Amino acid sequence: MVPVEYYVGLSAILFTIGTLGVLTRRNAIIIFMSIELMLNSANLLFVAFARTFEALSGQIFVFFVMTVAAAEVAVGLALIVAVFRTKDTINIDEVSSLRG
Amino acid sequence: MLLSEATNPGGAFNLVPWIVFFPVIGLLVNLVAGKRMGEKFIGTVASLASGLAFAVSVALFFALQANHGHKEIFHLLDWINIGALNIGWDFRIDTLSVTMMLVVSGIGTLIHIYAAGYMHYDVRYKEDPASYVRFFIYLNLFIAMMMILVSGDNYLMLFVGWEGVGLCSFLLIGFWFNRSPDGTFGTGNSYAAKKAFIANRVGDFGFLMAIFTTFWVTHSLQFDEVFHHLDSGEVPAWAIWAIAMFMLLGVTGKSAQIPLYVWLPDAMAGPTPVSALIHAATMVTAGVYLITRSAPIFSAGEGVHNVVAWVGAGTALFAATIAVGQYDIKKVLAYSTVSQLGFMVAAVGMGAYAAGMFHLVTHAFFKALLFLGSGSVILAVERGHHPIGEDAHGDHHDEHHGHDDHGHAFDPQDMRNMGGLRKRIPWTFWTYIMGTLALAGVPIWAGFFSKDEILADALHFNIGIYIVLSIAAFFTAFYMGRQVWLVFFGEPRSHGAEAAKESPRTVLIPLVILAILSTLGGFMNFPEVHQFGHWLEYTLGHFYHPTEFNANVALGSTAFGLAALFISWLVYGQNPRQTAKEKDPLEKAFPGIFAGMNAKWWIDEIYEDLIIRPYQKLAAWLADVLDWRFWHDWFHERVIRDGFFGLTRFLAHPVDLGVIDGIANGLARVTQGGATALSIFQTGFVRNYALWVFVGVVSILGYLIFR
Repeated sequence: MVPVEYYVGLSAILFTIGTLGVLTRRNAIIIFMSIELMLNSANLLFVAFARTFEALSGQIFVFFVMTVAAAEVAVGLALIVAVFRTKDTINIDEVSSLRG
Repeated sequence: MLLSEATNPGGAFNLVPWIVFFPVIGLLVNLVAGKRMGEKFIGTVASLASGLAFAVSVALFFALQANHGHKEIFHLLDWINIGALNIGWDFRIDTLSVTMMLVVSGIGTLIHIYAAGYMHYDVRYKEDPASYVRFFIYLNLFIAMMMILVSGDNYLMLFVGWEGVGLCSFLLIGFWFNRSPDGTFGTGNSYAAKKAFIANRVGDFGFLMAIFTTFWVTHSLQFDEVFHHLDSGEVPAWAIWAIAMFMLLGVTGKSAQIPLYVWLPDAMAGPTPVSALIHAATMVTAGVYLITRSAPIFSAGEGVHNVVAWVGAGTALFAATIAVGQYDIKKVLAYSTVSQLGFMVAAVGMGAYAAGMFHLVTHAFFKALLFLGSGSVILAVERGHHPIGEDAHGDHHDEHHGHDDHGHAFDPQDMRNMGGLRKRIPWTFWTYIMGTLALAGVPIWAGFFSKDEILADALHFNIGIYIVLSIAAFFTAFYMGRQVWLVFFGEPRSHGAEAAKESPRTVLIPLVILAILSTLGGFMNFPEVHQFGHWLEYTLGHFYHPTEFNANVALGSTAFGLAALFISWLVYGQNPRQTAKEKDPLEKAFPGIFAGMNAKWWIDEIYEDLIIRPYQKLAAWLADVLDWRFWHDWFHERVIRDGFFGLTRFLAHPVDLGVIDGIANGLARVTQGGATALSIFQTGFVRNYALWVFVGVVSILGYLIFR
């Protein structure tokens, strides 16, 4: 059986990639995908620890996270479509009307 | 409480509140219906109200006799119940109060009947017939209040009556409030009413203090409880002395003794029936009743007897001398009343309560008679001077009455304008003679017995008082003789006296009844029998001492009185004055003394200078300097107004503009500055925000891990 440390390591790598993606990319779709990546890294940890400690609640939690993520994707993509309609771009550096 | 219950004694006692209710009903009926019903109705209702009160008093008298003189207390209502203070509307029926009730309602009824005739003319001479009903309302109110005064079972109820009769006295002295005593328009009567009220107020202060002190030391105001406390010896001597002295001050006010007697002569401004009822027969005797009622207090105090007796004796002599020098027929009688009240106060002061009360009763008879007689004389002269419509309505009178043809006022009360009235008004004359003989103390007439009893007691008590009172009695006979010679004998000295007309029957009937009472009233306390004294003994108990008949005193006073009448004939009767203008014979002989008597020994002027002026000056000073200049001008302007302005200016400028606005503006500025500073972070770049979130997460996690 694969030791749990591996999963933790994989999850950390995925999370870091996601974070860097969010911070460095300008395309809103890419940023969005990076956020999904971070969510999935967390899901991986849930599942890994659930199996290690034989606790079913971790598994259940992942279902909730995936449900919320699906909803979030729906809202997020809708936002991106709305932004694109008004600004003709999805480069988030150009969406800065709220600058104080 | 039906009249039929009066057949058994207990039932009669239950009637006692009606002595107050009947007059009150009478006045209410007149108040509501009087204006519409006419004079006959008004007079009948008022007289009937008073007469029914008299009937109840008579029923009480017989019930009390059937009860062997034992007192009864009738509790009508609770009044005040606070802690130890329990006061009710309790009527006290004992021999003393029933005596007063009989006098008040009996004389009162006669005077109501008299007034029904007298006021018919008076309201027309004063050109205000609508006042007729007002007069009888006041008169009935007076009877009700006087009944409360004499029948109350505690000092507070007595005080209610005391103040009530004072109010009625004020209202009736100022009855013609827009006129002066000489009949012209002015403020003289109002002034007299005010004077009476204020002088009485001084006395009332004394009485109030006496009540307070009584309650303080005995914790009760009910007569029997107060006297019981005194008997127990727990009450300190100084307190008894203080109560007695304060009460004496009240007595000097109500019963017109030195130093507060000055209001009574001026009270003659009221219509004559008022002078007779209130200012001669009943109200002014309230002080004598008070002392008699409080006999245990006055007998318990050390030296109290002497003070009271000397006040009374001094007043008796002093007022008698003034009466000699007066020309106004009612003023003579007024000072005579003051003098006779002095006799009564002296008597009760000496502890001769029965003698004082006896004189009170006989004096009520003959002084009411004399006043009503003088009213009849005044009316006769006024009608002679100025006939008005003699039919029952009499409202078509001509224009210029109250004044003679020469334009100056004709005074129908001035004895110099009278003379020769004997043949013109015989009924008035003969009844007046009866009153005069009674007052002068001629044997078999009422005044002889009562005055003689006082003199006999005085001889026993203190020779000084006996001498003073005897001289006063001499003057009494002299001024009454002077009055009779001046008014009824000689030749008429004015047109009014020339054409004087006898008064109507309603006026004469009370005169005749009172004349009979004045003649025979003395026999109710015949020397050595003392029915009246024994009747009062039920109430007075061991404070009653029967007066021994002293033949020397009786003979001496009779000789004195007859001598005075004879001298008055020598001076005034032998050579009657011919004109209204000439000088008084006494004035020719003793100008200085007569001037003093005529000017009332300048007491009013002395009071004016000693008390009224300084008081007015003090009041003016207080008003001008303290109230106006200091309080209004300085304090209000400088302290309150300027202080307020200063405070508001301070609050507006440094506090409101500086501190409050500073805080508000400062907060705004801080917020603005903070917001400006923070707006640096609001770049609008999502990735910047994400970076800050990331930094935040990292630093929180770092803190959690490395702390």
